[in-house]
Amino acid sequence: MTSPKPAPAEAPAKSGLAQRFSGEKIVLALAAPVLAVVLSVVICSLLLATSGKNPFDAWNVMITYGTKSDGQVAIINRSTTYYLAAAAAAFGFRMNLFNIGVEGQYKLAALFAAFVGSQVDLPAIIQIPLLLVTAMLVGGMWAAVAGLLKVYRGVSEVISTIMLNSIATAVVGLLLVPGIFAPEKGTTSNAIQTTPISESSRFFSIDTDGGPLWGFVVIAILVGVAFQFTLNRTRFGFDLRATGRSETAATASGVNVKRMVVTSMVVSGALAGLIGLPELMQNSFYFGQSFQAGLGFLGISVALLGRNSPIGMVFAALLFAFLDATGSQLPLPQNGEFPFEIVDVMKGTIVICVVVAYELVRRYGLKRQQQKVGAELAAQAAAAAAQKKEVSA
Amino acid sequence: MALQRNDAPPDHQETAITASDPAPTTGGNPSAGTATPAVELRGITKRFPGVVANHDINLTVRTGTVHALMGENGAGKSTLMKILYGMQKPDEGTIAINGEQCEFNTPGDAIARGIGMVHQHFMLADNLTVLENVVLGGEHLYGIGAKAKQKIKEISDQYGLGVRPDALVEDLGVADRQRVEILKVLYRGAKILILDEPTAVLVPQEVDALFDNLRELKSEGVTVIFISHKLHEVLSVADAISVIRRGTTVGDADPERVTARQLAELMVGAELPSPESRESTVTADEMLRVDGLRIAKTDAEGIERVVLDDISLRIHKGEVLGIAGVEGNGQAELVEAIMGMLPLDAGSVSLDGKNLSGSLTRARREAGIGYIPEDRHRHGLLLEAPLWENRILGHVTERPNSKGVLLDPAAARKDTQRIVEEYDVRTPGIEVTAASLSGGNQQKLIIGREMSHEPKLLIAAHPTRGVDVGAQAQIWEHIRVAQRAGLAVLLISADLDELIGLSDTIKVIYRGRLVADADPETVTAEDLGTAMTGAASGHIESEPEALAQAQALAAEGTEAAPSDTPTDTADDQQAGE
Repeated sequence: MTSPKPAPAEAPAKSGLAQRFSGEKIVLALAAPVLAVVLSVVICSLLLATSGKNPFDAWNVMITYGTKSDGQVAIINRSTTYYLAAAAAAFGFRMNLFNIGVEGQYKLAALFAAFVGSQVDLPAIIQIPLLLVTAMLVGGMWAAVAGLLKVYRGVSEVISTIMLNSIATAVVGLLLVPGIFAPEKGTTSNAIQTTPISESSRFFSIDTDGGPLWGFVVIAILVGVAFQFTLNRTRFGFDLRATGRSETAATASGVNVKRMVVTSMVVSGALAGLIGLPELMQNSFYFGQSFQAGLGFLGISVALLGRNSPIGMVFAALLFAFLDATGSQLPLPQNGEFPFEIVDVMKGTIVICVVVAYELVRRYGLKRQQQKVGAELAAQAAAAAAQKKEVSA
Repeated sequence: MALQRNDAPPDHQETAITASDPAPTTGGNPSAGTATPAVELRGITKRFPGVVANHDINLTVRTGTVHALMGENGAGKSTLMKILYGMQKPDEGTIAINGEQCEFNTPGDAIARGIGMVHQHFMLADNLTVLENVVLGGEHLYGIGAKAKQKIKEISDQYGLGVRPDALVEDLGVADRQRVEILKVLYRGAKILILDEPTAVLVPQEVDALFDNLRELKSEGVTVIFISHKLHEVLSVADAISVIRRGTTVGDADPERVTARQLAELMVGAELPSPESRESTVTADEMLRVDGLRIAKTDAEGIERVVLDDISLRIHKGEVLGIAGVEGNGQAELVEAIMGMLPLDAGSVSLDGKNLSGSLTRARREAGIGYIPEDRHRHGLLLEAPLWENRILGHVTERPNSKGVLLDPAAARKDTQRIVEEYDVRTPGIEVTAASLSGGNQQKLIIGREMSHEPKLLIAAHPTRGVDVGAQAQIWEHIRVAQRAGLAVLLISADLDELIGLSDTIKVIYRGRLVADADPETVTAEDLGTAMTGAASGHIESEPEALAQAQALAAEGTEAAPSDTPTDTADDQQAGE
């Protein structure tokens, strides 16, 4: 049992705002990720040290690149993609739906968007939304398969989305052949890829000292704002969060859980459809065999680190983008040939640490609040009893 | 005046019941003094955040007896047994096993002392044989081969359990599985057996067989602690009874001399609402109409089990319809069927003339059904969400919670504040999570929420379960007030006195059918209890003398004016004591 707090009655009636944003809450929210990052830096330093490298030199290389403008642009461009991936995963997570299939959804979506972009050439104002919608539709439909399977056949979405990832890879392999999605006569290289998308399909970018900053960052910000607004300000968002917190309570409250499962799976898939577009519409302009893979799984990590919160995921995406962008400088000979893998180790340890830390912090916070409520009520009761005594005396 | 209660213990059970005595020398049982008791718990107190689950509990169990531990759900029986089995550590108090003080940190410590527990939900691996299940985790005792099998047969024969070691558990019925669980515990050398509501899953014949087993165990010197809230079962098998109410032992009873009614009163206390001190508010307007409801479910063994069969009922405006029944006879399914949470196989539900049979839960709630769920943690609250979000739950489409498709958190917060004040929810604020409130305050919040949307029908499933005395009276009063305003109420409760006190009509549910009905003015808890076991059907009326006596007892407890004894002749259908 904890010792009684010395002065619980000091501020019995805090204002509503103070209750909502108390310092303790913020400290608790930040404690876990900060601890996780610190711990993983320590682990990676030890790893580097054992491999005979000076860890401080490595961190120095990363920080130096991160403070240069070209490094910063690279970080923001990467984080745009990461953020979209995180948002896609987080939307499912918020209602306890584990969409592991973000990977397959975005690949398939990017392929179809690339194909449509190469076949259609409309003015940019129509062409760009057309590609966005195509990608979201494909991603959403692919995710809907898992949602429907869960609702009507009770198949765990974890299993079905993992399998759908493999199927998506196979489908991409089937479609991305000359004569179907790739041009009949190959380009000069041996790689098979779609025809580059039309000029009008290219998304705007902002030229900076550090190179072009992808305009897609605007889409990412819009997604974040819409995410936050939908979850916290709409009935649908409330139903979604209620289902995530307690499916039984949500059912009893009138949420049509089956429909929610399908809907949120589709939304998650539609967001996943956007992941491949920054690369497609701002950088490579075609979909090929070498199209960036692994973003779906990265998104899950970022969502975990950012606690599925739109703001938290911004920082998480920036952190992971920082690690990846600056980590790419590590193996260069002039920087000391550090192993790039250290970045993956770091990302892994951050995620593991943060999962554990969040759970510990969550339990601690809940317990602490229960104790605080108990103490405050006891103080109130004691005060009332004392008053009674005075009256009767 | 509607509800009255009396905090003083009832004083009319002179001989059969003794109040729990904390002094170890006298114990609770008349004949305890001589031998060392098998189990002796003294001053056990266990607090959970926001609630005291056990408070100063004293319990003495003699060796070689069946000792029943009774109490309502949420009274603290399970917590106490978890303490005795080492799953929880008490904050205060001592445990003595066979006269030796001990401290249990894990169930392992308790097992080492010869204590075994058979959980309500069996913990068996279906795809393994009985032998494999029994030796699992106890391989060091008799190995896993012939020696173990020999031992199992030996125990089975010794206590007449009739367990076949080579049978696959998935092929066994519920009663056989239970015997395997008991054998598992005995195999580990247990001399003190805790059975957590063992009869909840059994049919009457199986219950009898279980009781024969228990008598066998007893004669071999095993001590059995038997947790139950079923009066008649306890009376038939127990050698001694201890009753727990609201976290503390309120008395020990001698099953030879105590009646079911007295036990029921001990369990629920003297805070009974007085049945005859109010005027009927029942009107002729039909509010809820349920016709020919039928639901069949397929159970784990693949057999179709009819959980609700041909249920028809009417509730009028201003009427409280009480459903009496032993838990698990279809009450939960009836509620879920009316709420639209379970698909119907046949039948219809209509509210205020509007057919709701095909509507989803949300549409039914919008149509005016308020719902106080049986399990508020699972169905009524988002435990980790703040109170104001819990106020939105279930009414997200209604004002003040939302405007169109958008939420209105400011209005919801303001209204939560109003509920907290009007319904006396004890909380430091509306931003704390629901989990940090005590059970009674959570329940008051739920009731406040459901009442805030002017329901036409309120479904109240065990509205005062696990709720402290003060909150209980407030909850009853809220229901009464709403009833006077024309609310129809479907009340489901395991507390017979609550049913008799609040209802205008009572129906008895038994194995998914409404088998009997009664007028609360002319029925006693005892007779209702008999009907709940399926022993009586049709319209039940108690003998006038018994009724007068029961009412006199109630009146004594509540200081209500003595009522007119009904003069109609009882056509006596009850099986009686």
